[in-house]
Amino acid sequence: MNITKLTAHEIRDGYKNKAFTVKDVVEAFYKNIDEKDGDIKAYITLCKDNALKEADEKQSIIDGAISNGTFDELPLLYAIPIAIKDNMNTLGVKTTCASKMLENFVSPYDATVIKKIKEEGAIILGKVNMDEFAMGGSCENSAFFATKNPYDLTRVPGGSSGGSSAAVAGDLAPIALGSDTGGSIREPASLCGIVGLKPTYGLVSRYGLVAFASSLDQIGPMSKDVKDAAILLNAIVGHDEMDSTSANIEKKDYTKALINDVKGIRIGIPKEFYGEGLQEEVRVALEKAKDKYKELGAEIVEVSLPFTKYALPTYYVLACAEASSNLGRFDGIRYGYRTQNYESLKDIYKNSRSEGFGKEVKRRILLGTYVLSAGYYDAYYKKAQKVRTAIKEGFDKVFTECDVILTPTCPTTAWKIGAKTENPLEMYLMDLYTVPVNIAGIPGISIPCGKDNDGMPIGMQLLAKHFNEEVLLRTAYTYEMNKEV
Amino acid sequence: MDITRKDVEHIATLSMLNLNEEEIEGYTKDLQNIVSFAEQIQEVNTENVAESAFALDAYNVFRKDEVKESFNRDLLMQNAPSSNGVQYQLPPVIVD
Repeated sequence: MNITKLTAHEIRDGYKNKAFTVKDVVEAFYKNIDEKDGDIKAYITLCKDNALKEADEKQSIIDGAISNGTFDELPLLYAIPIAIKDNMNTLGVKTTCASKMLENFVSPYDATVIKKIKEEGAIILGKVNMDEFAMGGSCENSAFFATKNPYDLTRVPGGSSGGSSAAVAGDLAPIALGSDTGGSIREPASLCGIVGLKPTYGLVSRYGLVAFASSLDQIGPMSKDVKDAAILLNAIVGHDEMDSTSANIEKKDYTKALINDVKGIRIGIPKEFYGEGLQEEVRVALEKAKDKYKELGAEIVEVSLPFTKYALPTYYVLACAEASSNLGRFDGIRYGYRTQNYESLKDIYKNSRSEGFGKEVKRRILLGTYVLSAGYYDAYYKKAQKVRTAIKEGFDKVFTECDVILTPTCPTTAWKIGAKTENPLEMYLMDLYTVPVNIAGIPGISIPCGKDNDGMPIGMQLLAKHFNEEVLLRTAYTYEMNKEV
Repeated sequence: MDITRKDVEHIATLSMLNLNEEEIEGYTKDLQNIVSFAEQIQEVNTENVAESAFALDAYNVFRKDEVKESFNRDLLMQNAPSSNGVQYQLPPVIVD
């Protein structure tokens, strides 16, 4: 048996049946990392010593639980290895955001999500690559190295959570955490043929997530199947007083939503998501998925989201404005990179920032500063805040006509490394179908739905109303259970 | 809306960034393209539409003002580029 191909829930079954030990599992992943990550380049930092130590400790707990019949009481993530996107603070481990600015930053605390998965007993394998400060859709903006798509090493894994998607798709971790500001979980999941869920804004605490655009950022699960996504989501949700935007709602058990049945569920097809720029093979795959749902008893309804075309420009105004403000904290004084070249305090600020930030990060800081500056604030920032309301209301209206919306996740499959680095706008267009979701704050999941002629994975996106993750998981799970492989 | 190199120099100053000649030229072009693209939002009729700061409704979120365990100072100071262990070290802020 190849342990590294297993899902988290299959690994758990293996522990229960004594098919392998925790050490076998952890070692199998590090062996795969040794062999394959030189090519894929998903990991920035490995936590091997600690992971192996935990493996032994956890095995004795598992042994004890099996012998006294309490194994089923152990948390579902107990002794499950996981990869963490390198923008989540992890006590005593580097959190670099794939930036020279934080290259040597060692987290003095755990993000709330890290605290939660540690309480569940998950074993952190390491921290994975991303676009610098989560700004990008290809993982090429990492200050350290570009991550490759495990399906074809000449192609991008998507981004910004490209290290997370490549680690899961490349069998270098069974599950991973990613973060999504404009598609950064769903787009790389789509490009690497895995499952990626962006929860409703506010469902998962952002405390300890290095902020990019605070009104849009959400942490979520990335996994090989829908069941693992539900299990990991269960572990990370919950109100947190350390995040004032964290929703104070009753905790649910998302694994209860894993029901293989879509009868009666109304699936909306918004025509605006199937327009120009959509790769033909992706269109065909989505058509087949729609037919499959119909065959399974779902009701297909045509819907319209007229503000879709304004989502991307709105997003770039809002996200860059917030980023320019959030990244103001990097001053070379308290933490992060400090220039060698200074005499005055102002030199430290300016030179540290100029030497520490990469090209795309500077581009977004400049754009954000521009739209917030005197004379442009009303025309861009304030206007975008109003369009955000209009986009949100557009979704609210459509969700009176359907329960779930079905769209492509990304207009194309994974492209060649370097193909879209010249023109930033061309890269931004890859977020066309994912950004409206962040703007509206609703949940979205990307699941695989076929491959193109080159064998590259195609992803479909399902969307639902705020805090309706259950219907997403159910609809996604039903497709997964019934798709023709 | 035309973005000039003077605009870029101005926002670079506001952003605390130094840009070289090549960067000024590149970013002027990029920002011009992106701002023209962003210009589309002007087409949306937002008369009587309120602004939203984020997607959910939450106002005045407070927690009790209680003394709690804070960060470990030593761990925080370890990340300082320059410190004496308890204070950050900087060049003089006020010079004559």
